Amino acid sequence: MVVWDKMMTEELLLLSVIVLPGAGAVFIALAGERHRNLREAITLSTAVLLFIAVLLLYQGIDNDTHLVVEIIEPVAGLSLALYVEPLGLLFGLICSFLWIITSIYSIGYMRANQEQNQTRFYVCFALAIAASMGVAFSANMFSLYVFYEIITLITYPLVTHSGTEEAIRAGREYLGYLLGTSICLLLLAIIWTWSITGTLDFTEGGVFVDSDLPAGLLTTLYVLYVLGVGKAALMPFHRWLPAAMVAPTPVSALLHAVAVVKAGVFTVVKLTVYLFGLDELVRTGAADWLFYLAGATILIASLIALKQDNLKARLAYSTVSQLSYVIMAAAILTPVSILAAAIHIAVHAFGKITLFFAAGSIYVTTHKTEVSQLDGIGRRMPWTMAAFAIGSLSMIGVPPTAGFLSKWYLLQGTYAVESWVAISVVVISTLLNAAYFLPIVYVAFFREDKEEKETHGEAPFTIVLALTLTAVGTILLFVLPGRLLSLVQLIKV
Amino acid sequence: MSTSHLLVLQVVIPLVVAPLCILIRKQALVWYVVLAVSWGTLFSAYRLLMQVLGHGEIIYFLGGWAAPWGIEYRLDVLNAFVLMIVASIGAIVMTYAKCSIIKEIAEDRVYLFYTAYLLNLTGLYGVVVTGDVFNMFVFIEISSLSSYAMISLGRERQALMAAYRYLILGTIGATFFLIGIGFLYAMTGTLNIADLGVRIPDLENTRTVITALAFLTVGISLKFALFPLHGWLPNAYTYAPSVVSAFLASTTTKVFIYVLLRILFSIFGTTFVFDIITLDRIFLASALLAIFSGSITAIYQTNVKRMLAWSSIAQIGYMILGVSLVSVTGLLAGIIHLFNHAIIKAALFMCMGCIFYRFNTVQLSDLKGVGRYMPWTMAAFILAGLSLIGVPLTVGFISKWYLIMAAIERDWWWLAFAIVAGSLLAVVYIWRVVEVTCFQSVTTKDHPEANQPHMKEAPLSMLIPLWILVIANIYFGINTELTVDVARQSAEWLFGIK
Amino acid sequence: MDYILGQYNYWAVIVLMMIGFYIVIAHGNLVKKLIGLNIFQVSVFILFISLGYLKGGTAPIYSEAYTAYASPLPHVLILTAIVVGIATTALGLALVVRIHKSYGSIEEDQIHKMDQDS
Repeated sequence: MVVWDKMMTEELLLLSVIVLPGAGAVFIALAGERHRNLREAITLSTAVLLFIAVLLLYQGIDNDTHLVVEIIEPVAGLSLALYVEPLGLLFGLICSFLWIITSIYSIGYMRANQEQNQTRFYVCFALAIAASMGVAFSANMFSLYVFYEIITLITYPLVTHSGTEEAIRAGREYLGYLLGTSICLLLLAIIWTWSITGTLDFTEGGVFVDSDLPAGLLTTLYVLYVLGVGKAALMPFHRWLPAAMVAPTPVSALLHAVAVVKAGVFTVVKLTVYLFGLDELVRTGAADWLFYLAGATILIASLIALKQDNLKARLAYSTVSQLSYVIMAAAILTPVSILAAAIHIAVHAFGKITLFFAAGSIYVTTHKTEVSQLDGIGRRMPWTMAAFAIGSLSMIGVPPTAGFLSKWYLLQGTYAVESWVAISVVVISTLLNAAYFLPIVYVAFFREDKEEKETHGEAPFTIVLALTLTAVGTILLFVLPGRLLSLVQLIKV
Repeated sequence: MSTSHLLVLQVVIPLVVAPLCILIRKQALVWYVVLAVSWGTLFSAYRLLMQVLGHGEIIYFLGGWAAPWGIEYRLDVLNAFVLMIVASIGAIVMTYAKCSIIKEIAEDRVYLFYTAYLLNLTGLYGVVVTGDVFNMFVFIEISSLSSYAMISLGRERQALMAAYRYLILGTIGATFFLIGIGFLYAMTGTLNIADLGVRIPDLENTRTVITALAFLTVGISLKFALFPLHGWLPNAYTYAPSVVSAFLASTTTKVFIYVLLRILFSIFGTTFVFDIITLDRIFLASALLAIFSGSITAIYQTNVKRMLAWSSIAQIGYMILGVSLVSVTGLLAGIIHLFNHAIIKAALFMCMGCIFYRFNTVQLSDLKGVGRYMPWTMAAFILAGLSLIGVPLTVGFISKWYLIMAAIERDWWWLAFAIVAGSLLAVVYIWRVVEVTCFQSVTTKDHPEANQPHMKEAPLSMLIPLWILVIANIYFGINTELTVDVARQSAEWLFGIK
Repeated sequence: MDYILGQYNYWAVIVLMMIGFYIVIAHGNLVKKLIGLNIFQVSVFILFISLGYLKGGTAPIYSEAYTAYASPLPHVLILTAIVVGIATTALGLALVVRIHKSYGSIEEDQIHKMDQDS
């Protein structure tokens, strides 16, 4: 007889974060195009259930039990295992919460646009979420790598959703960059680590503490790891992100806010803290180069964004730049800056998803894609553009939006190490952010619409609902940051 | 009946049944007979493997003549494993063959195909179990001759030329092998492998022995298409019926690589081959050339079967690369890749068989949107393709993992990088197919006869064996206990570590 | 001189082998290629048979008149190898017949050209 104790409940709960969306995908596929209402109902209810499951895990984080669930062990000592840890939990919470809202949004968007292959879309979406959950709760680098690759492969059909020549080409670029970096660099780094330490488990203080590696070797390894995470879109491996803009907007939201790029920066932070360990990195100076590379990426990507007329392309380069905030924060290697990195993952997720929702909303209603076409659109679509304004403010980092929060901690971190380079990067990029976001808001609300013929109104209800929710979330994170802060403070650096 | 009798029955049964097939002639009936033989020998191969794992080597003296005078059959972990590979691929491919063969081979020749197949099986089993080099030569020729015949059964006339070319090169290889045997015999007066292994070390520095090594290595390398001796392979696999390509690609080359291992490790010994002659450098160079030239050529192919053939050349490179690293881990990687590549390539060729069954073509340009009509086949192709690339949780990853570990053990960083770069090339050629078949949007122009009844999923009798292999690809990528353990034991045994 | 003449059997083998090999490589006619292949194989058979020969030896049938016997094993092996060779030749010729039927030619370059054109 099986004794049903608390431990087992928690183990099942932990497994369910992968199993739930996985099973959801199966049911979605079974429902198919013929029962589309049922299919959408399954998507939504799975998303809600998943969020509840992650919330329950969050409830249990206080007690200091180290819960590790091993799923399989392909090579002796090398297992696919899950565990609960604050940083991963944060990523899991964001991911599962935003999945609910993205689902609401997708229903409106996909139907209004009469997209083809909708079932495939929802199945792949659910599977991508399952893999992201796997990344969030991975207990070792091997598991993380496995789920990381699954995300890449499963989002490919989403990127090439339309099947046009352009989409296929973008898909090629997407796979090329992500698989190329992860197989050639990341995998190599993982096997190298394994051959040195014999373990890939995430541990406090890192796995290299006892091996006493020379600084050069550790730096090489760190380079392989960080550049191997192509999803973090660090220059020069950022091209796939703007290319993937051809995908439908909910996919862009998934790529930019929920799963893909977040999995990338999450991986970088995770391995910085739990695989290398801050002390070890500080001792050897192995992460110094990253600090400069991330700073350069922030500025260059912002400058490119400034020149983009296509709204989604501008948002894409903004993402490249914002991701490097996270990486730069991590590369500063102080506890406060790690805090800032974690918070920025959350903050950027809410802000960017709002912006993408707004862009999609404009596209669905008016089929406009360029910034220069947006004169006076704020009057016809007040909700959409208001949300867009809030998202923009968060990107810039102005109170009362959540963006301020992460910038604040980031600046604290930079003061602590007295890095004037970092401070100037933050200041300049804030100005640049303002320069490419505020004009959009300005023309949308204050400039006259030249062609008065158009008689469109606001986007479909589900779309407006979704983007309003995320915009409110962006403000709420600023107003009530307590939960978020207490969670990230649990990260043991 | 003792298990050692199974050893000889393994070879004799298909040999005896082969002529029976000609007598029976009736297509359906022949298939059942061949199926029974395939599964029966699989069962006995499994029992033999378990016996070897549990109780050690099995030795059988043919006709009761003790070695080294008589011929002995000798089964250790390594050849029990290879035997298992051949038998399981044979059983699964035969289950699959029924429908595919009717489509791809002229009806009045089907029974001849089954006869040739059984002879081929006899040859392969014989090569694997025998402990006598001359006997090995005869079995090599039995399997080769029947594979020339099987390849020539392809519907297109190019198949004939492909078979002819294979015959010429294969015979040259076999004759080289025979010359090598002659020199060994001249020096030692024995043909028994174990006995040779004892006597050769004393004679190592004679020119005759070195020449023998050269002839044997080149001869057998021609047979398993080691770069640059691979000329016969692309056409042979392209124009052969899909069933034949699936079977040959996953068994013949593996068995001949096994022969190479026997020659190098059991007869000549590692010190002579690797330390004195430094054959490992030649292997390393040709393995790397095979991996890159094979993969890059595969990328440019328009015929998917030809692409898979070039990919096979590259994969053979990976196996030889494992050997050339001269370490237990490297050899382990090579041996485990024998098995892994067998189930990967068989699955991929079987996918092509399914597609040919419905669409009559494997030209990439004609396959737009096939995934829409044959979702299960293409799903299998993607999974097997991922395994070929070496994505975690598939068997391909296990091979790559140990191979890279072996490279790192020797501190050859550039090699570790070359191995992963090779995987990347596999991504390109596999994904080209996936892109066209599954993700390109289809216009009515591409399929004028859209929605006609023949454009649907392949029959279950083909899909089920295919999916057994795909599931094996994943299962053995997750649970590697059996395969890694056997490969490690074999590698240690070959290096004389016990 | 003795070195050269004393090993004349090996020289014969080498010469035959090279002739056979050359024909296989150089000739475009498919039947001639097979003939070359045969010569090539025969040279190896001779190598084996001469290995078993012993000067003054006789067939290994026990008799008090003889003390030296030639080794019969290489002969037995070569019997088998000849069978293999015949099978190869037969199969090769059968292929050539079918090639002739479907291409109307047994010249390699012509066949190659036909394949290129189609």
